[in-house]
Amino acid sequence: MATQGERILEVRDLVKHFPLTQGIMFKKQIGAIKAVDGVSFDLNKGETLGIVGESGCGKSTLAKVLMALERPTSGSVVVNGRDMARAKGADLKRMRRNIQMVMQDPYTSLNPRMTVGDIVGEPFEIHTEVAPKGDRRRKVQELLEVVGLNPDHINRYPHQFSGGQRQRIGIARGLALQPEIIVCDEPVSALDVSIQAQVINLLERLQNEFGLAYIFIAHDLSVVRHISDRVAVMYLGKMVELGKDLEIYDRPAHPYTQALLSAVPVPDPEGREQRERIILQGDPPSPANPPSGCRFRTRCWKAQEICAEQEPLLQIRPGTAHLSACHFAETHDVVHAG
Amino acid sequence: MSKTSLRTLPAEGGLGDEPLLAVEDLHVEFVTRAGVVRAVNGVSYSLNPGETLAVLGESGSGKSVTAQAIMGILDMPPARIPKGEIRFRGTDLLKLSDEARTQVRGQRIAMIFQDALSALNPVFTVGWQISEMFRVHRGMSKRDAMAKAVELMDRVRIPAAKQRVNDYPHQFSGGMRQRIMIAMSIALDPEVLIADEPTTALDVTVQAQIMELLADLQRESNMGLILITHDLGVVADVADKIAVMYAGRIVENAPVYDIYRTPAHPYTKGLLESIPRVDLKGQELYAIKGLPPNLLNMPTGCAFHPRCPYRQDNCVTDAPPLYGISGTRNSACHYWREVLDGDPR
Repeated sequence: MATQGERILEVRDLVKHFPLTQGIMFKKQIGAIKAVDGVSFDLNKGETLGIVGESGCGKSTLAKVLMALERPTSGSVVVNGRDMARAKGADLKRMRRNIQMVMQDPYTSLNPRMTVGDIVGEPFEIHTEVAPKGDRRRKVQELLEVVGLNPDHINRYPHQFSGGQRQRIGIARGLALQPEIIVCDEPVSALDVSIQAQVINLLERLQNEFGLAYIFIAHDLSVVRHISDRVAVMYLGKMVELGKDLEIYDRPAHPYTQALLSAVPVPDPEGREQRERIILQGDPPSPANPPSGCRFRTRCWKAQEICAEQEPLLQIRPGTAHLSACHFAETHDVVHAG
Repeated sequence: MSKTSLRTLPAEGGLGDEPLLAVEDLHVEFVTRAGVVRAVNGVSYSLNPGETLAVLGESGSGKSVTAQAIMGILDMPPARIPKGEIRFRGTDLLKLSDEARTQVRGQRIAMIFQDALSALNPVFTVGWQISEMFRVHRGMSKRDAMAKAVELMDRVRIPAAKQRVNDYPHQFSGGMRQRIMIAMSIALDPEVLIADEPTTALDVTVQAQIMELLADLQRESNMGLILITHDLGVVADVADKIAVMYAGRIVENAPVYDIYRTPAHPYTKGLLESIPRVDLKGQELYAIKGLPPNLLNMPTGCAFHPRCPYRQDNCVTDAPPLYGISGTRNSACHYWREVLDGDPR
């Protein structure tokens, strides 16, 4: 999985606020949920960027904005040199071809009244230039074969498939328009453990075959580590740390990343009594009213006055080799053997 | 506060070799229009005070149905228990009257459910729901019971318990709701606590908080804990012993260290090998091929044989018994020796 250099996605200062309103007839805005609040990153061709974080950190909103399903409040999403956040009409439609999505729940993301052929072939109805009408059935069968399903099952309905097979249908749909980028939002978390590995292997094989770039959103840190070239950690709408997978997992610099990594149960009982565990107190604050300065400071054991006054920027800190957003960033290996 | 005396149940142990809870050859079936679904097929396990037993399995393996049978909260019909024993301190719970069973449920054996939001009643305050345990089982007054509820919320470390006791479930976060569930389940000092996927719906940092809380409570009261989960990480962290279930049967049981070091059943081995590991990054993950079986149409012989790399002819015809490997280990595989030696497939 060598990075092929070429940059295909540039996200700059992306902000998505959802307004909170009061009143029915005369709505007035009383605040905003700051779901994504200033996120910047790049994605190269054929690369996998893992995004981890807990519920409410904005990772799914980020996915929606990247897909242009939500319009960003501000900031830009530049795909192959053109800003998707500002594109409209036919232009936007064309750009959407290039970035597709695999959803989390294969049970609800497939229409139960459509056959597999209709589901996988639906993108061709919208983007008719990709496959002429007479050619579609053959194309769909090819896609089914690519994801490891029997092409003869084209007329079956989603309920006739198991969870893992359904996720393959979702992946085939994502591949239909030959995109360069696929956003995977928790693609394996709804599947049984013995099936997860099958789907992860499929995603990796497709990446090598088609040179896809993935944005891989998940809360399972071991899966993210396996598949990602780089990993971004999000907390309350901000990226707090971004680096190569080894840098994040072996030399995390942000206290939140350290706590997150130490909280993940290691599937090996050996030495469990000695394992270091950082147990955070409390719950993440509400994104409608985030703390001033550093957003993690309310749960952080390193917090000082400066953390409340000054927001730490995502930058390379002394003694570390990757980006982190903490005034007191310090690498600390929390997961020793692994 | 007098504990309701139970003529049918001995109050304290002292039964020699008898464990605190013993499930013996339990069978549970569901009668459906499509046929009889054998969800649990001869499951046996035991639990001692202060011990943590992890029941590991995928969806449909029968791990939750077994727990519901122990609690006596299966809907019968459609469920029925044609065979088996659930002995609690030596008494078979399945032979008790409904009334005696009610005395056990919640007081002596309690349960925590996966999804706290749907397990709590949205129209009552959490204080009311916790204190209900004391009103119903102990006959306390509303005021005393409410004071007890605050005490319990403190014990499960809900901040500002006194102010929050009159809040409704939706006003709490996921982790706090699960704490409330735990408070309800430990209210009457049960001897056995069954936790059915207690942290599956929670984030990892909150999961760590909840698991720590459960471990602390267990240490304080020396209760036996049955942890039902599919998460190999959580199991490795807290369990003393493990029972792995597949298609309604226990395929392997062993102390936690043994199972992770040298699994003795191909299914367990496959699960452990399919976990992404650092040294295997970039390589293909080992994946157990195929799908879990349909319970209406179970494979002949060993239920795992269509997916098994160790399969021989007799696996298709003869269902393997639970072979004893050592005093504490069992495996339901004809070829457990080969699996244990790690012979190449």
